[in-house]
This record gives sequence, C-alpha cells and structure tokens, in this order.
Amino acid sequence: MENNKHKDFTDGVLLIYKQFLLIFFSLGLFICALLYVKADPSFSFFRKSENTIAYVVIDEDKIENGIHLSTGLIDAEGLMTVVHNCTNCHSAKLVTQNRMNKERWAETIDWMQEKQNLWDLGTNEEIIINYLVKNYPVEKKGRRQVLTNIEWYELEN
Amino acid sequence: MKRRNFIKKAALSSLATIVGADIVFGNMLPSGYELLALQDSDPFKMFGKDKEMVVLNDRPWNMEAKAHLLNENITSNKYMFIRNNGKIPENIDVNTWKILFDGESVKTPKTYTIQELKEKFSHHTYQLTLECGGNGRSEFNPPAKGNQWTIGAVSCATWTGVRLKDVLDDVGVENDAVYIGYHAADTHLSGDPKKEPISRGVPMAKAYQEETILAFQMNGKDIPLAHGYPLRLIAGGWPASASGKWVDGISVRNKVHDGTKMTGTAYRVPCKPVAPGEKVKDEDMCIIESMPVKSLITYPKSGALIKEGDKLKINGHAWAGELAVAKMEYSIDFGSSWTACSLEQPVNRLAWQQFSAEISFPEKGYYEIWAKATDDQGVSQPMILPGWNPKGYLNNACHRIAIKVQ
Repeated sequence: MENNKHKDFTDGVLLIYKQFLLIFFSLGLFICALLYVKADPSFSFFRKSENTIAYVVIDEDKIENGIHLSTGLIDAEGLMTVVHNCTNCHSAKLVTQNRMNKERWAETIDWMQEKQNLWDLGTNEEIIINYLVKNYPVEKKGRRQVLTNIEWYELEN
Repeated sequence: MKRRNFIKKAALSSLATIVGADIVFGNMLPSGYELLALQDSDPFKMFGKDKEMVVLNDRPWNMEAKAHLLNENITSNKYMFIRNNGKIPENIDVNTWKILFDGESVKTPKTYTIQELKEKFSHHTYQLTLECGGNGRSEFNPPAKGNQWTIGAVSCATWTGVRLKDVLDDVGVENDAVYIGYHAADTHLSGDPKKEPISRGVPMAKAYQEETILAFQMNGKDIPLAHGYPLRLIAGGWPASASGKWVDGISVRNKVHDGTKMTGTAYRVPCKPVAPGEKVKDEDMCIIESMPVKSLITYPKSGALIKEGDKLKINGHAWAGELAVAKMEYSIDFGSSWTACSLEQPVNRLAWQQFSAEISFPEKGYYEIWAKATDDQGVSQPMILPGWNPKGYLNNACHRIAIKVQ
C-alpha cells in the first residue's frame, strides 16, 4: 500500500515533469522561431536558390509596370517587333531618348539601312514606326524650357 | 542577421567574379531585386566614372557629366564625358601598336610605333577643351536625332603627346594636301569589319597647329581606355569627334576627308540659316569647324537655398573653340541686366578659362543665374536656343541655375 502510494506519487511527479519539459521545450522552440523570424523575416536562409547565380539571370521578356525590363521600352503594340529589329546593334536607350514624327523615323530607318547595315524591315517598318510615334511622341519644347528637376538643398556658406 | 548577410555577400562575390567587378552597393540590393543585364559590367566601375555621371547610351557607350561635377579646372577622368560611336577595341598591346601615315598626299607611307613617336619627337602638354558637337542637343525644337546631351559633354583635361605637324614633316607631305583623316581600332556596332564607326579629320591648317597632338597621356597618366588608349589625336576647340580615339592611321588627303561621319549631315550644320524643322539638302550642309563661345556655372549646384542677406559666390568655366573668351557676365533678372564676372586667362590656347563672381540678391524669392560669355571677336552666347539645325549641333545658349533666397 505504502509502496503503491509512493509509486503513484512518483509517477505523478514524472508525468508533471514530462509535461513541464514538453511545455518548456515548445516554448523554447517558439521563442527561437520568433527570434529567427525577427532576424530573417523573408526566411532567406532556407531559400538558397534565391542567392545563387541562377537567381539573377534576367527574364528577357519580363514586363513590369508597363515597361519591358531588359530594354526599358514601353509595353505596347509592336514592342517585340521593335525589340527584335532595333536593339541588335545599338541600345534601346538610343531609341527611347529620341522623339520624332513618322516622316523623320522613316528617314532615320533609311539612314540606318544605307550606313549602318540595317536589314529590310518589310511590313515591320510600319509596325515599328507606329509604335515609336505613339509611345514616344514629339513634345513641343519652344525656344527655351522652364528649369525642371531642381533638387533644392541648403547651401552652407 | 549576420548569417544572412554572409550568405548574401558570398553570393554577391561569386556574382562579382562573373561580372568581373565588385557589385558596388551590392549589400544594399533589396532581396528579390534582379540585376539588369548581367553581361554588362558596371560602367562606372569599368570606366572609373563618378556615380553621378549620366549614362545616355550603353551600346555604344555615351555618358555625360552634370554642371557641378565639372568644377575642377582640369577635368578628371571620373567626370569626363564619353562619346563612343562603335565598340571599344579589345586586347590592346601598347608595345605593338602602330600608326600608319598614308593617303594621296604623303610622299611615301610610313609607320611608327608609339615608342618611336615618343623617342623621335619632342613632347608637349596642353590643357585642351573637348566638347561634343551635339552637346545641348536635347533642347532643340523640333527635336534632333541622336544622343540627347544636356550640358555635360565637355571636358578640359591635360593631354601630352607629340605634335602632329612634327610627325607630318617627318613623313613628308605633298603640296596638294587638303585634309587629314584619322582611322582607328574601334569596331562597327553591326559587327561589319569593313565599316569604320567613325573616321573624321581636320583641314591641314588645324593639323599644323602647335596644339594639335598625337597624345599618349591624359592628366599625366596613360589615356583611359574609354578615352582612346593608347593613342589619341587631339584637336582642341573643334567638335570632339575630330579628336579620334584609338588612332592607328592618319590619311593625308588631297581633298576633304570623306570618312564615316564626315559626309551627309554628320557634324554639319546648314551653310545658310534655316527655319526650325526645315529640310536641308546634304549639299547645303557645311562641316563644323570651331565650336562656339560657351560657359558653365559649375558652382554652386543648381537648387541652392540661401538666406536673405547672404552673398553667393559663383564660379565656372568659359571657352570659345578656336578663340579666347574676352568677357564673362551674369544676370539674376532673366537677362534684363548683366554684371561682369572676373575672368582668368587660359593656361594655354584652346583651354577653358575660369570665371567667378559674388552675387547679392535684392529680396527673397526665386532666381535664375544666367551666365553669358563673349569671345574675342565680340560674339556672345544667346539666351534662347541658337539657330535650329537638323542634327542639333552647337547649342551654346546660356547656362542657367536656380537659386532661392529665403
């Protein structure tokens, strides 16, 4: 009797002990997890692929906010025709800097064909010119523009 | 945290190995940000340029400065604009580099190595203003085709080399010589080996000027690759395209040189003034020679806020192509009245000159400081755009900066 009582008592203590252990262990794990999330909210440690070379290889055709990322050209009808015909020799930056009407783009294409080895564009010429005049229209600048993009700063004497 | 940075750094350094350069600010890349075009190295690192320089074009490379970056009297490489027409030559060996003198008007073709040029002829150093013919193109209306330069396609570095005239005398030039044209090692964008990206030149009178040199040094060091290493023709005061980079040939011609970008509309303006947007026939276009009078306020940077009652010191550079600048003035009332600046003499012919002034403002408000240089022939910079031309060259309208007095 006395022994049984004692055994029941020790069993009970052990059970409570195990339960406490489990609770502490889970609590510990939870705290560790919390700390980790605080330190690395994006779980980057577990996504090794994100930090490898493959991760930075760009998607040639990716479009974000209406811009074709690899060239900087506006995403609109004719975009890929422009990409395929106008960015082989020179950067798309040379295209996006310029503002011309249909006639002057046509002259520019003639000049590139005559002097710069541009191929015959066939029916693509119209698609390209339409894309350019629509997405990069001529702005009237007058004889002198207002100063823009001024970054104001305190000048210390 | 540290672990994460470590992993990121490790990935970036392997990336850097591929790119062939450190990824500047790589540790600041937001996670998920994709580097644009891995195959293109960082141009700032690759060419030793300041991060504030503006890339207009990356194939071919075209990069310009901002006015406040050009504050030094002698332009450093890091603030020097790049205007390339083709691809930069690769695998340059300075020891085997040769320059061939040929053309209708040489007595016999002759070749020199750089070592031979250095040993045979006396060395000269000049500070020389080089401005792109299209500097300021972005302001023309209707717009002109090409790289849309604002104000930063100008530099004035020191160049060391041998006088072209000394070499021409050594080669032996016939009396019928009219023009020299350079040939260079850069390659055509289309990859066509038969095409030269650019092959311009100057008339014999300019070729025989003392300051026209075959340079092998810029600012006392080897010329940076993007600026023509190992040998560059320098013809200061003329469109910088006349100063051929990576030069490996000079043709002495018995007619006006007809190389790439000498003909048609390239580096030409209408011989007679035309209305904006007017069509001009090729035969009515004339080759640009000297660049026009111009100036830049390089201090302070536009956008300065100053306190009422404070005086403002300004300074900058003025140049006038073949000529000297005789007078420099500023206006704070949109050109209604002008005040003289103090103006220094150039260190040598064809070098830009420094100006400075101290300005008092009558009351609080928004001001623009306008700068106007006048050359020694009495010709001044216009306040609005000068004569329109189809390719948008020679914009020498006055430079303006914005100031607020509070």
